[in-house]
Amino acid sequence: MRNHLLSDLYRVVTEKPDKIAYSDGKNSLTFRDVYLQSQSIGSYLHEKGIYKRPIVIFMKKSPQEIAAFFGVVAGGCFYVPVDEEMPQSRIQMILDNVQTPLIICDETTEKLAAGFQVKDCEIKPYDRLIGTGINETALKEIYDRAIDTDPVYIVFTSGSTGIPKGVVACHRSVCDYVEQLSEILGFDEDTVFGNQAPLYFDACLKEIYPTLKFGATTYLIPRQCFSIPVSLVDFLNAHKINTICWVVSALTMVSAFGTFQTVKPEFLRTIAFGSEVFPIKQFRLWREAVPGASFTNLYGPTECTGMCCYYRVDREFDQEDVIPIGRPFPNREILLLSEDGREAAYGEQGEICVRGTALTLGYYNDPQRTAAAFVQNPLQKAYPELIYRTGDIGRYNQNGELCFVSRRDYQIKHMGHRIELGEIEVNVNAVSGVKLSACVYDSEKGRILLYYVGDLTEKDLILDLKNRLPRYMLPNKTVRLENMPFTANGKIDRVALKTL
Amino acid sequence: MEELLDILKELHPEVDFETEEHLVDNAILDSFDIVSLIASIHEEFDVTIDAGRILPENFNSAKALYALIRKLENED
Repeated sequence: MRNHLLSDLYRVVTEKPDKIAYSDGKNSLTFRDVYLQSQSIGSYLHEKGIYKRPIVIFMKKSPQEIAAFFGVVAGGCFYVPVDEEMPQSRIQMILDNVQTPLIICDETTEKLAAGFQVKDCEIKPYDRLIGTGINETALKEIYDRAIDTDPVYIVFTSGSTGIPKGVVACHRSVCDYVEQLSEILGFDEDTVFGNQAPLYFDACLKEIYPTLKFGATTYLIPRQCFSIPVSLVDFLNAHKINTICWVVSALTMVSAFGTFQTVKPEFLRTIAFGSEVFPIKQFRLWREAVPGASFTNLYGPTECTGMCCYYRVDREFDQEDVIPIGRPFPNREILLLSEDGREAAYGEQGEICVRGTALTLGYYNDPQRTAAAFVQNPLQKAYPELIYRTGDIGRYNQNGELCFVSRRDYQIKHMGHRIELGEIEVNVNAVSGVKLSACVYDSEKGRILLYYVGDLTEKDLILDLKNRLPRYMLPNKTVRLENMPFTANGKIDRVALKTL
Repeated sequence: MEELLDILKELHPEVDFETEEHLVDNAILDSFDIVSLIASIHEEFDVTIDAGRILPENFNSAKALYALIRKLENED
């Protein structure tokens, strides 16, 4: 049994040292490069006496950033990725939460990194760290001392109070996830991944760790390709990419504009999608364009390490149908719980809750919010056992497949990102001149609509928000109102806003 | 041209679309913006922009985009 996330790296480097592990199309690292660079970083941490601490990685998305992740884990620490796409105030909040002793940056982020307020923290460029001599004895000892419930990463997800939550995952849940996902999607050594997900979310686990497990190859697709559908398909074909796990909006961007009339993906055999509902019309266009490929819907919250349910499409769907989220991966159980904490009856709606090794360790430095979401299993009270409450409402269809119905709160999925509308509102309300604001989501058009009452123009508000919110959380339409509509009992009337 | 600028400004009130010439290259417009933009252009001008025309050179400036719309209108 594998107890350490890097055991695959140490094996694969002896089997395929010269194969390309990670590439962005121009800049590539072989397994040997990844190994040596990560060992240097691990040795640097040891040299500095840094152990079991969170290490912030602030680099542009690159093969080197992935090697930095491994380096942190090799040194017995856990990585916290942040990114230029995040606004500075959010990065500062993350830094305040994790209190890192070291920020690993690169030439594109070095200046920005120096601008943050962090106590007793060193900022070091990646290129300098990889010059550190490798201390094999020390790294071996760190490896042997590790246990599988030690953390490996923290990724931050939207929080309704305006403060993001840092989800901490350990070796065990990630090893288990990689194992189950690889089996379900049929990865092997010939797999060529085309990564779309940012490296600062758990979504990228799908590519980076199976690459080590099988000695496969991952291409990090340049972000700009996702705006230019023809160039995206050209990229897939140029690198013979055969496996993609993308958010639905990235897939529909390609199919919706007739891209397949110009160019078709030639090598794809495994297509996984998730985070949003796949409109059947677009799904059919994909199936026609790539008839030989398997299509799998994935579902899962960050708190349960990547994905935890899957449905492999095995039948036709009508336009108005919803593709199910199916059933749990092996080694985890889904509990569908009614509001009074019993198991929902067949066909009845309930909250999707997860049980098993997949559960992450909770939110970093945040016992309150951890206790609210990671709770004792209400179905058995004889011994301590945590389940994670997703806040998603689901039900089983007549085939016994789990289907997503809605959310319990104001959380939405937008362009594959999980967003609390409350977090947007907290940040809007913090802008001086704003008196009142409300965010609603137009799920049909997939747009975040912001309404506010205040003294400043839409333009000034957006300019200010850019420093507070990540790009994907910025409203797609901002409207200044004279008066906010209220319901009879004095709450903001969100239904009325949607009809404006 | 005014109608197009209105559409663009609704999407990004903070950008000066009259002078900006690297909307795609500088990632001012992301893939979501391009999707909404094409839908709005379809509503306003009744022209369909297909994938073959979704190229940086057509979307880098309001001027280039407007030229594309005019061209497509004339093709109809």
